[in-house]
Amino acid sequence: MALEIKHLLGLKDVSKSDITQILDAADKFYEVLNRENKTVPTLRGKTVVNLFYENSTRTRISFEMAEKRLSANPLNFSASGSSVSKGETLRDTVQNIEAMKIDMIVVRHGSAGVPKFLTECTGATIINAGDGYHEHPTQALLDMMTIRQKLGRLEGLKVAIVGDILHSRVARSNAWGMTTMGMDVTCCAPTTLLPQHTESLGVKVTTKLDEAISDADVVMLLRPQLERQTHGLFPSVREYRTYYGLDRDKMKLMRNDALIMHPGPINRGVELEAEAADCPQSVILDQVTNGVAARMAVLYLLGGGEHE
Amino acid sequence: MNPIRLLLESSEIRRIITRISHQILERNSDLSQLALIGIQSRGVYVAKEIQKNIRDIEGFEIPMGVLDNTFYRDDYRSSLSHEPKVTDVPFDVTGKVIILVDDILATGRTIRAALDAIIDLGRPSAVRLVVLVDRGQRELPIRADFVGKKMTTAPNERVSYRVEELDGEDSLWLMEKDI
Repeated sequence: MALEIKHLLGLKDVSKSDITQILDAADKFYEVLNRENKTVPTLRGKTVVNLFYENSTRTRISFEMAEKRLSANPLNFSASGSSVSKGETLRDTVQNIEAMKIDMIVVRHGSAGVPKFLTECTGATIINAGDGYHEHPTQALLDMMTIRQKLGRLEGLKVAIVGDILHSRVARSNAWGMTTMGMDVTCCAPTTLLPQHTESLGVKVTTKLDEAISDADVVMLLRPQLERQTHGLFPSVREYRTYYGLDRDKMKLMRNDALIMHPGPINRGVELEAEAADCPQSVILDQVTNGVAARMAVLYLLGGGEHE
Repeated sequence: MNPIRLLLESSEIRRIITRISHQILERNSDLSQLALIGIQSRGVYVAKEIQKNIRDIEGFEIPMGVLDNTFYRDDYRSSLSHEPKVTDVPFDVTGKVIILVDDILATGRTIRAALDAIIDLGRPSAVRLVVLVDRGQRELPIRADFVGKKMTTAPNERVSYRVEELDGEDSLWLMEKDI
């Protein structure tokens, strides 16, 4: 069975059956990653361009790793040091790269909608690796993969997403993906870090941490995006930490068996104290491992068959 | 696909697999070197049956693994994506005599992919191939060491192995492909 989607632009319009198929394949790639030889020849001869207009450590390395584990040829492009600084437009850059005969583009960009735009000006398969405040679908897929791996299911589980919902494409992708999978999602943040109409994502909203985390199966922390804090959305880092940072005391409000997740990078001592980040309930490093498997699954399922 | 006729029924299949199990033992005196790998999905059922037979005959449990060759197939580009199944080979293949088991041998492409997958796991001292049915139509230079039933089929024919766990009965059918 093939996926209904031809590109992965976001999880908003991805069906339950497609998400399930990606997560099932990701579990199979997880097994491959535990072999001594972690490479399979599946995408031999396919060229994948990693087009990164924004900084990234985890996502870029994770995609490159996934491509190499599948025997594809990765080609890395970062906007800094490229002809973008000479004034070349996105369309021209991409069409020039495409003229070198490539198959897929993994794109990260500061503007929402860039991946969609690329599907209109190239024939390559597009995978969104984060666009503005819009979506970061592979992060949500690896999060759901991790939850399913640890708790055995998704349907009916309660998830609290705590932190900078306003600036978070991770929160958006998770809200859409998790509600599609029948999960019960609560977003928790100070009012200034909640977008307007958050409920339209199909989630519950609260500003009170204890309300969000007391009966959650999963508590996912997001960092306040300090680099995007242009107009003082909370008084001070210290105040944020006092009300929303997960430390030993606030962990007592959680169920003992609840998972602690974080998409990284962690601001230690802000949203997450070391005792929470490094405790047995923390699956933060499992998320990183699963990230490679989930991205292999996406590349694999979108890369097959002939392009029309 | 439409069934043309029943080729083998449950008791005949069981007898064939018992014969193959004896042949494997006859040609491999050192049981500690042997390991079974069943190819997903239906090769796994044949491999399980062989493992059970050898346990009954020799009182010795041969390790068994399950292999999915999806990531090694050569039709990834031409067909829509294949859904991968579980691979679980819980032993080191290096130095072992691997008894690779599948239900039907035809083009040989499944076996080619499976051999590549096994060799990526390690270096077996040998790989022997068991198939329940060899129906001809080979496209690659592959042959089986242990064959349950050898037959000739037309290009539009298929052989279908039904197993109790999935289909409610053990049987082997000749099928005709829809045009």
